[in-house]
Amino acid sequence: MLKIDNLHVRVDGKDILKGLTLHIGAGEVHAIMGPNGSGKSTLGHVLAGRPGYTVTAGTVEFLGQDIFALATEERAHLGLFLAYQYPVEIPGVSNMEFLKAAVDTMHEKRGEPALDTVSFMKLARETCKRVDLDQAFLKRGVNEGFSGGEKKRNELLQMMMLQPRLAIMDETDSGLDIDALQVVAAGVNSMRSSDRSFVLVTHYQRLLDYIEPDFVHVLAAGRIAKSGDKSLALELEDKGYAWLEDEVA
Amino acid sequence: MSQQQIDRTIGREYAAGFVSDVESDTLAPGLDEDVIRFISAQKDEPEWLLEWRLEAYRGWLQMTSPKWAHVHYPEVDFSAISYYSQPKSMANRPKSLDEVDPELLRTYEKLGIPLHEQAVLAGVAVDIVFDSVSVGTTFRGKLAEAGVIFCAISEAVREYPDLVRKYLGSVVPRKDNYYAALNSAVFSDGSFVYIPKGVRCPMELSTYFRINEANTGQFERTLIIADEGSHVSYLEGCTAPMRDENQLHAAVVELVVLDDAQIKYSTVQNWYPGDAEGRGGIYNFVTKRAVAHRNAKVSWTQVETGSAITWKYPSCILRGDNSVGEFYSVALTNNLQQADTGTKMIHLGKNTTSTIISKGISAGKSSNAYRGLVRMSPNATGARNYTQCDSLLIGDKCAAHTFPYIESRNPSAVIEHEATTSKVSDDQLYLCQQRGLNAEKAVSMIVNGFCKDVFKELPMEFAVEAGKLLEVSLEGSVG
Repeated sequence: MLKIDNLHVRVDGKDILKGLTLHIGAGEVHAIMGPNGSGKSTLGHVLAGRPGYTVTAGTVEFLGQDIFALATEERAHLGLFLAYQYPVEIPGVSNMEFLKAAVDTMHEKRGEPALDTVSFMKLARETCKRVDLDQAFLKRGVNEGFSGGEKKRNELLQMMMLQPRLAIMDETDSGLDIDALQVVAAGVNSMRSSDRSFVLVTHYQRLLDYIEPDFVHVLAAGRIAKSGDKSLALELEDKGYAWLEDEVA
Repeated sequence: MSQQQIDRTIGREYAAGFVSDVESDTLAPGLDEDVIRFISAQKDEPEWLLEWRLEAYRGWLQMTSPKWAHVHYPEVDFSAISYYSQPKSMANRPKSLDEVDPELLRTYEKLGIPLHEQAVLAGVAVDIVFDSVSVGTTFRGKLAEAGVIFCAISEAVREYPDLVRKYLGSVVPRKDNYYAALNSAVFSDGSFVYIPKGVRCPMELSTYFRINEANTGQFERTLIIADEGSHVSYLEGCTAPMRDENQLHAAVVELVVLDDAQIKYSTVQNWYPGDAEGRGGIYNFVTKRAVAHRNAKVSWTQVETGSAITWKYPSCILRGDNSVGEFYSVALTNNLQQADTGTKMIHLGKNTTSTIISKGISAGKSSNAYRGLVRMSPNATGARNYTQCDSLLIGDKCAAHTFPYIESRNPSAVIEHEATTSKVSDDQLYLCQQRGLNAEKAVSMIVNGFCKDVFKELPMEFAVEAGKLLEVSLEGSVG
């Protein structure tokens, strides 16, 4: 699904990722943990194609394609989805309109027939229910005046509507209360399948109580410092990151 | 998305740019009293109107062109402009659309305005102004049944001289300003509407303007009279073909809104804005004004995307007590376009209220200015105004300016003014692109969202057209 080899990334003249290697197979769930500033969010953005991120070395293949040869929207068309840590507001553009444009584009790119308006509305309403967002949110501007938790659930809504092949969730659990966390976990679990993979970027082991990862990686100083199964997350909870950072140094 | 991508996204070609093949009779360039006599004679005008024109012309000679607007352009050479042009095949006026030059109708079809279809499907009566002469009017019968008069102003001069004589120049005096005086001297044609007392016009009235002759100044004159208790919605939409030289357009629109009447006047303006280097494009110097009598309401809604230079302030004189004035505007400038547009709300009557919602969008290297006056006269007890003035910048080479003028001579009057300036942010574009939308679609969606408060004031079919127009106006080579 995704093959990252020896990735080096520079942002604002500063090297953030320094030789990151990570392979993700179809149907797998990978958790990426690590201290602040270790490059977790950078990884998501460089994969998604945010401007201002310079790849100085390394390769990334997504579904067999060189990801850096593709524009941001082309990566999305292939099925790459990033759930943002800080979703931006787009005033005046209704959530419904935004979702419809995105879903229509995806259908078109996949060569699938477009959803008619009635089926689309039905799907959108049902999905709202699944992420515990009132349908009124469909009529509001994208993230306009949403609370932190509502924004995160809105990201989940978009993910469920777009049905990506690879979803990178950048601290989707941050700032969520336990009920909202369970909603997010249930949403992700319901989408798990043999041809869809997830990357969960998180600070906290508690998300992994609800979404069981196949692999856990620790990112420190721009590299994968340690990989393991879910027991690694528990170990981190216990010991913190300092011992790993020492190891890497 | 990088700055470069933004620049590419907003670089675009003018989609309505072509010249149609209709032959025209065009008067030699230049302006003197003989030219005015010629125009008047061509139209078989009565003596009083000729005198009216000549008086305006003499006034114009004493005036100088206004310099206060925040726009820059070379001095207009009025002697190089032809003041009268008539499509040749129109020498004998057609009785119906079937008799209209098919080439002319094809021009409209190219613009996506299938006349018959649109008229039938949308129930809109269309009075086309092709250059200077009205060539077709539909739904005349249905309107006549309701007693509504909707015709070319030249025809109104012949058929309804009393109404024209009473109201022409009553809202915009013929020496009101430089361009209004010029228009009064040489106006070619335009629309005339009269809605009788208590009548609600059975359909939306629509005029499509189109400038089609090289070097032909366009001097449209529109006069709409809503008699007591009547109601009308009027749509005006414009496109023009690609052109290298600058073309002058100086229109005058007068709205008379008598007691308890309502006029809603909507404009979509998409004249040729010039190319990416600023060559060509229409100079659009327009005077639009309404007088609202007791309990009357007038609403201006405009979507301005065209013209090299726009100088336009649709205004409301709230003369009668409890009268209401509204101004909803979207002005988009791209490349080297310059716009100085806004409104004037003159509160004379008691308890008069006005609302101004202005959305300015600047892209490319363009300059976009809002200029608005709110004046509360000493008698305007209890008057209120609310102004919201928002600017959106796309890219980092454009400019937005706001010039609000507020004069209050009545201590009980309430005036509120809010203004914001924002930028289409890279993060918004990134979100849209990550969800699969290309940059072009993303920018157009964000801009349309920004304009929502104004678009919702437009009649339905116009709102759709306006959304598309913004999309076309911002489109480029990306995606």
